[in-house]
Amino acid sequence: MSRKTKDMLIKSLILLSTGFTVGILVIIIGYITFRGFGALSFDFIFGSADQGGIWPMIVSTMYIVGISLAISVPVGIMAAIYLTEYAKQTRFVGLIRLATQSLSGIPSIIFGLFGLALFVRAFGFNVSILSAGLTLAIMNLPVIIRATEEALKSVPQSYREGSLGLGATKIYTIWKVVLPSALPGILTAVILAVGRIVGESAPVLLTAGVLKDVPMSMFDGGRTLTVHLYLLAQEAISPHDFQIAFATATVLIVIVLIINLVARFVSAKLDKTKA
Amino acid sequence: MAENNKFKVENLDLFYGDFQALKSITMDIEANKVTAFIGPSGCGKSTFLRTLNRMNDLIDTVRIDGTIQLDHQDIYKKDVDVTDLRRRVGMVFQKPNPFPMSIYDNVVYGPRAQGIKDKKVLDEIVESSLRAAALWDEVKDKLHKSGLALSGGQQQRLCIARTIAMKPEIILMDEPTSALDPIATLKVEQLMEELKKEYTIVIVTHSMQQAARISDVTAFFLMGELIEMGDTNEIFSNPKKQQTEDYITGRFG
Ligand SMILES: Nc1ncnc2c1ncn2[C@@H]1O[C@H](COP(=O)(O)OP(=O)(O)OP(=O)(O)O)[C@@H](O)[C@H]1O
Ligand SMILES: [Mg+2]
Repeated sequence: MSRKTKDMLIKSLILLSTGFTVGILVIIIGYITFRGFGALSFDFIFGSADQGGIWPMIVSTMYIVGISLAISVPVGIMAAIYLTEYAKQTRFVGLIRLATQSLSGIPSIIFGLFGLALFVRAFGFNVSILSAGLTLAIMNLPVIIRATEEALKSVPQSYREGSLGLGATKIYTIWKVVLPSALPGILTAVILAVGRIVGESAPVLLTAGVLKDVPMSMFDGGRTLTVHLYLLAQEAISPHDFQIAFATATVLIVIVLIINLVARFVSAKLDKTKA
Repeated sequence: MAENNKFKVENLDLFYGDFQALKSITMDIEANKVTAFIGPSGCGKSTFLRTLNRMNDLIDTVRIDGTIQLDHQDIYKKDVDVTDLRRRVGMVFQKPNPFPMSIYDNVVYGPRAQGIKDKKVLDEIVESSLRAAALWDEVKDKLHKSGLALSGGQQQRLCIARTIAMKPEIILMDEPTSALDPIATLKVEQLMEELKKEYTIVIVTHSMQQAARISDVTAFFLMGELIEMGDTNEIFSNPKKQQTEDYITGRFG
């Protein structure tokens, strides 16, 4: 085979793979929105469960996202700052790093079981959005720590030296120069975390339950969109049931897409290194 | 030597882990003079320069023996405030490293870190520092544009302005012109000519012409040792050590 044909062959393989991936994605999204589109309406999105709406599920999902981010983001960022900026790179720190990395490989249902035992039972928070939020916070911590560490490491050492060389303290340096430069990377990690929280079903089913009302406090249970979808699909008999399931799926996809777009926009805005 | 010493370094050893990068360095650095460090790559010029404002503290593996006094105070004593030391001993790096923020914010970074908030005071610092760094006329209309949008030579002068804004007593410069073109280099050298009236300057350079042009005192390093130090004219016209002569006549390095 000549160099040229070989080149052509590899190129077409690459193109084919790319096309295949994009194609599948388009088909899935297209199919789901096509099947669900007919059931989408104002009442469906903003109505209560009795009216056949999914508003309570949207609210429950948002609450759980809010609770878990409120905990995992600050704790995760501070832990990452400690690991990269303060800790001497000893074996012990290496062990911590290994532990956080392994934690991110554990199946989510195990975190669900843990949350059920700890928050729901031992702490007595019952099946509630608080229990679910805490469970998902723990599940997401390693990922946020990891991504923040990467973002911090990509900040040029010359920024730190410049700041310290001007007589700034370490904490001032981190706050004024290091964190702002790492922010786009951290934000991307947070958004991906949101995506995962929104998409999680098993652990929330165990810790937040299936109640179809808008939760009035953190100690109320609530059904998230994914759990709702899971139950809908499981119980679906008539074509209409399926249409409702697909409509719910469409809402989920749209939410995740919006989150991603906002994240891209914001992180581009924050990137000050592009002068 | 005279009473006029800023730094007094005695028997300084520095180790990176097991590797000894500086071997028993003893030298005085005089106030209001330009002192140049020359020597082949890897001989420890930067390492030594960075001991003078304790920049080596950032590296975990570094271990130091011996003493360095600044105005008769040991700068490695336990109770020394490192941030305070670094305010007195400013540093300009080899690669221009402005922060990803506006020119204005770059210049007032140090003063702000010290807690100065008064807008009028900061405005004044910006103008006087940029003027002192011979950059004012080029940037006065875009103070709130990013410092990263400047040319390399302008960035380096911004970094010098940023250092001047701290009103340091000493300015350390590690090959400040090695990343610049000849015209930008000339500008920075002219600037040093001005600065030496007010500051004590220590500069590392690979260019012997540069050392000869701008410095009063020259120190020659080789493999972690200080071989010879003295009046710049003397060193270049009449070196006492064979190694120094070999180096400045280009026979090695
Ligand atoms: N962080 C470090 N860890 C270990 N060794 C180092 C470190 N920094 C420098 N060294 C070693 O110390 C020696 C002196 O390095 P230094 O950077 O001070 O040399 P230099 O004279 O400034 O060289 P150049 O002219 O190339 O800048 C070199 O052998 C270098 O490899
Ligand atoms: Mg060097």
